[in-house]
Amino acid sequence: MMGLWTSVLVVCCFLCLFRIARGPTASDRVVALDILGITVVAFCVIMSMKSGKDFYLTTALVWALLNFIGVLALSKFLEGRGFDD
Amino acid sequence: MVEIAGKCLITIGIIFDLFGCIGLVRLPDLYNRLQAATKCVTLGTCSILIGNLVIAGFNAIGIKALLCAIFILITSPTSAHALARASYIAGVKLWEGSVIDKLKEDIEAGKKE
Repeated sequence: MMGLWTSVLVVCCFLCLFRIARGPTASDRVVALDILGITVVAFCVIMSMKSGKDFYLTTALVWALLNFIGVLALSKFLEGRGFDD
Repeated sequence: MVEIAGKCLITIGIIFDLFGCIGLVRLPDLYNRLQAATKCVTLGTCSILIGNLVIAGFNAIGIKALLCAIFILITSPTSAHALARASYIAGVKLWEGSVIDKLKEDIEAGKKE
Protein backbone atom coordinates (compact mmCIF):
# COMPACT_ATOMS: atom_id res chain seq x y z
CA MET A 1 0.00 0.00 0.00
CA MET A 2 2.76 2.46 0.95
CA GLY A 3 4.73 1.57 -2.18
CA LEU A 4 1.70 2.37 -4.32
CA TRP A 5 1.19 5.72 -2.54
CA THR A 6 4.82 6.79 -2.93
CA SER A 7 4.92 5.79 -6.60
CA VAL A 8 1.79 7.86 -7.33
CA LEU A 9 3.42 10.82 -5.58
CA VAL A 10 6.59 10.38 -7.68
CA VAL A 11 4.40 10.49 -10.80
CA CYS A 12 2.89 13.75 -9.48
CA CYS A 13 6.39 15.20 -8.98
CA PHE A 14 7.34 14.35 -12.56
CA LEU A 15 4.16 15.96 -13.93
CA CYS A 16 5.05 19.16 -12.01
CA LEU A 17 8.61 19.03 -13.35
CA PHE A 18 7.22 18.67 -16.89
CA ARG A 19 5.19 21.85 -16.39
CA ILE A 20 8.22 23.66 -14.95
CA ALA A 21 10.30 22.71 -18.00
CA ARG A 22 7.54 23.43 -20.54
CA GLY A 23 5.57 26.37 -19.09
CA PRO A 24 5.26 29.29 -21.52
CA THR A 25 5.39 32.09 -18.93
CA ALA A 26 7.16 32.54 -15.62
CA SER A 27 3.85 32.42 -13.70
CA ASP A 28 3.19 28.86 -14.92
CA ARG A 29 6.55 27.85 -13.51
CA VAL A 30 5.77 29.44 -10.16
CA VAL A 31 2.41 27.59 -9.95
CA ALA A 32 4.13 24.28 -10.73
CA LEU A 33 6.82 25.02 -8.12
CA ASP A 34 4.12 25.65 -5.51
CA ILE A 35 2.45 22.31 -6.24
CA LEU A 36 5.83 20.55 -6.23
CA GLY A 37 6.42 21.84 -2.70
CA ILE A 38 3.00 20.67 -1.56
CA THR A 39 3.71 17.22 -3.05
CA VAL A 40 6.98 17.09 -1.10
CA VAL A 41 4.99 17.85 2.08
CA ALA A 42 2.72 14.88 1.31
CA PHE A 43 5.83 12.76 0.73
CA CYS A 44 7.19 13.73 4.17
CA VAL A 45 3.88 12.64 5.77
CA ILE A 46 4.03 9.23 4.09
CA MET A 47 7.67 8.82 5.22
CA SER A 48 6.66 9.70 8.78
CA MET A 49 3.93 7.04 8.72
CA LYS A 50 6.36 4.49 7.34
CA SER A 51 9.10 5.03 9.91
CA GLY A 52 7.03 6.14 12.92
CA LYS A 53 9.31 9.12 13.62
CA ASP A 54 8.03 12.67 14.01
CA PHE A 55 10.89 14.77 12.67
CA TYR A 56 9.65 14.18 9.11
CA LEU A 57 6.56 16.19 10.07
CA THR A 58 8.76 18.98 11.41
CA THR A 59 10.44 18.99 8.00
CA ALA A 60 6.99 19.13 6.37
CA LEU A 61 5.98 22.17 8.48
CA VAL A 62 9.16 24.08 7.66
CA TRP A 63 8.86 23.17 3.99
CA ALA A 64 5.27 24.46 3.83
CA LEU A 65 6.34 27.73 5.50
CA LEU A 66 9.27 28.31 3.13
CA ASN A 67 7.09 27.39 0.14
CA PHE A 68 4.51 30.03 1.12
CA ILE A 69 7.10 32.76 1.62
CA GLY A 70 8.85 31.88 -1.62
CA VAL A 71 5.66 31.98 -3.71
CA LEU A 72 4.65 35.34 -2.17
CA ALA A 73 8.08 36.83 -2.91
CA LEU A 74 8.05 35.52 -6.48
CA SER A 75 4.56 36.90 -7.11
CA LYS A 76 5.61 40.32 -5.81
CA PHE A 77 8.60 40.13 -8.12
CA LEU A 78 6.39 39.22 -11.11
CA GLU A 79 4.02 42.07 -10.33
CA GLY A 80 6.94 44.44 -10.78
CA ARG A 81 6.80 46.14 -7.40
CA GLY A 82 9.29 46.35 -4.56
CA PHE A 83 9.04 44.08 -1.56
CA ASP A 84 7.94 46.86 0.80
CA ASP A 85 4.57 47.91 -0.68
CA MET B 1 -11.35 0.30 12.15
CA VAL B 2 -9.57 3.61 12.81
CA GLU B 3 -6.67 2.50 10.65
CA ILE B 4 -8.98 1.63 7.74
CA ALA B 5 -10.62 5.09 7.97
CA GLY B 6 -7.22 6.79 7.97
CA LYS B 7 -6.03 4.76 4.99
CA CYS B 8 -9.20 5.68 3.07
CA LEU B 9 -8.55 9.38 3.79
CA ILE B 10 -4.94 9.09 2.62
CA THR B 11 -5.99 7.27 -0.57
CA ILE B 12 -8.57 9.98 -1.37
CA GLY B 13 -5.90 12.63 -0.82
CA ILE B 14 -3.39 10.94 -3.09
CA ILE B 15 -6.00 10.49 -5.84
CA PHE B 16 -6.79 14.23 -5.60
CA ASP B 17 -3.07 15.08 -5.78
CA LEU B 18 -2.76 13.00 -8.95
CA PHE B 19 -5.82 14.67 -10.52
CA GLY B 20 -4.50 18.12 -9.62
CA CYS B 21 -1.16 17.39 -11.26
CA ILE B 22 -2.86 16.00 -14.40
CA GLY B 23 -4.90 19.24 -14.50
CA LEU B 24 -1.67 21.22 -14.13
CA VAL B 25 -0.37 19.57 -17.29
CA ARG B 26 -3.55 19.38 -19.37
CA LEU B 27 -5.48 22.64 -18.82
CA PRO B 28 -5.04 25.46 -21.34
CA ASP B 29 -4.03 28.63 -19.50
CA LEU B 30 -2.53 29.87 -16.23
CA TYR B 31 -5.77 30.64 -14.38
CA ASN B 32 -7.35 27.24 -15.12
CA ARG B 33 -4.14 25.54 -14.01
CA LEU B 34 -4.12 27.56 -10.80
CA GLN B 35 -7.69 26.47 -10.08
CA ALA B 36 -6.86 22.77 -10.51
CA ALA B 37 -3.68 23.18 -8.45
CA THR B 38 -5.46 24.77 -5.50
CA LYS B 39 -7.97 21.92 -5.37
CA CYS B 40 -5.05 19.52 -5.22
CA VAL B 41 -3.65 21.35 -2.20
CA THR B 42 -6.74 21.84 -0.07
CA LEU B 43 -8.43 18.49 -0.53
CA GLY B 44 -5.35 16.43 -1.42
CA THR B 45 -2.56 17.17 1.00
CA CYS B 46 -4.84 18.24 3.86
CA SER B 47 -6.71 14.94 3.52
CA ILE B 48 -3.41 13.06 3.74
CA LEU B 49 -2.47 15.01 6.90
CA ILE B 50 -5.86 14.43 8.52
CA GLY B 51 -5.56 10.72 7.68
CA ASN B 52 -2.21 10.66 9.43
CA LEU B 53 -3.81 12.34 12.47
CA VAL B 54 -6.61 9.73 12.51
CA ILE B 55 -4.12 6.83 12.39
CA ALA B 56 -1.59 8.24 14.90
CA GLY B 57 -3.98 9.78 17.45
CA PHE B 58 -3.10 12.76 19.62
CA ASN B 59 0.62 12.27 20.15
CA ALA B 60 3.62 14.15 18.70
CA ILE B 61 2.94 12.95 15.14
CA GLY B 62 -0.79 13.70 15.21
CA ILE B 63 -0.48 17.21 16.66
CA LYS B 64 2.19 18.15 14.13
CA ALA B 65 0.04 16.81 11.28
CA LEU B 66 -2.93 18.87 12.51
CA LEU B 67 -0.77 22.02 12.76
CA CYS B 68 0.57 21.46 9.25
CA ALA B 69 -2.96 20.93 7.85
CA ILE B 70 -4.27 24.16 9.43
CA PHE B 71 -1.22 26.09 8.19
CA ILE B 72 -1.62 24.81 4.62
CA LEU B 73 -5.38 25.53 4.67
CA ILE B 74 -4.70 29.15 5.64
CA THR B 75 -1.68 29.94 3.47
CA SER B 76 -2.33 28.15 0.18
CA PRO B 77 -5.39 30.19 -0.98
CA THR B 78 -3.53 33.35 0.03
CA SER B 79 -0.54 32.58 -2.16
CA ALA B 80 -2.78 31.46 -5.04
CA HIS B 81 -4.71 34.74 -4.89
CA ALA B 82 -1.52 36.82 -4.80
CA LEU B 83 -0.06 34.88 -7.70
CA ALA B 84 -3.20 35.19 -9.87
CA ARG B 85 -3.43 38.94 -9.30
CA ALA B 86 0.28 39.46 -9.90
CA SER B 87 0.30 37.53 -13.15
CA TYR B 88 -2.81 39.40 -14.37
CA ILE B 89 -1.09 42.72 -13.71
CA ALA B 90 2.11 41.42 -15.32
CA GLY B 91 0.11 40.80 -18.49
CA VAL B 92 -0.53 37.04 -18.78
CA LYS B 93 -3.38 36.60 -21.30
CA LEU B 94 -6.58 34.70 -20.59
CA TRP B 95 -7.52 31.68 -22.70
CA GLU B 96 -9.69 32.64 -25.70
CA GLY B 97 -12.58 30.50 -24.42
CA SER B 98 -12.86 32.43 -21.15
CA VAL B 99 -16.22 34.17 -20.80
CA ILE B 100 -15.87 36.61 -17.89
CA ASP B 101 -13.18 38.97 -16.63
CA LYS B 102 -14.20 40.74 -13.44
CA LEU B 103 -10.76 42.11 -12.55
CA LYS B 104 -10.60 44.07 -15.82
CA GLU B 105 -13.96 45.72 -15.01
CA ASP B 106 -12.73 46.57 -11.52
CA ILE B 107 -9.49 48.09 -12.82
CA GLU B 108 -11.38 50.18 -15.41
CA ALA B 109 -13.89 51.37 -12.79
CA GLY B 110 -10.95 52.35 -10.59
CA LYS B 111 -9.40 54.35 -13.43
CA LYS B 112 -12.62 56.34 -14.08
CA GLU B 113 -12.91 57.56 -10.49
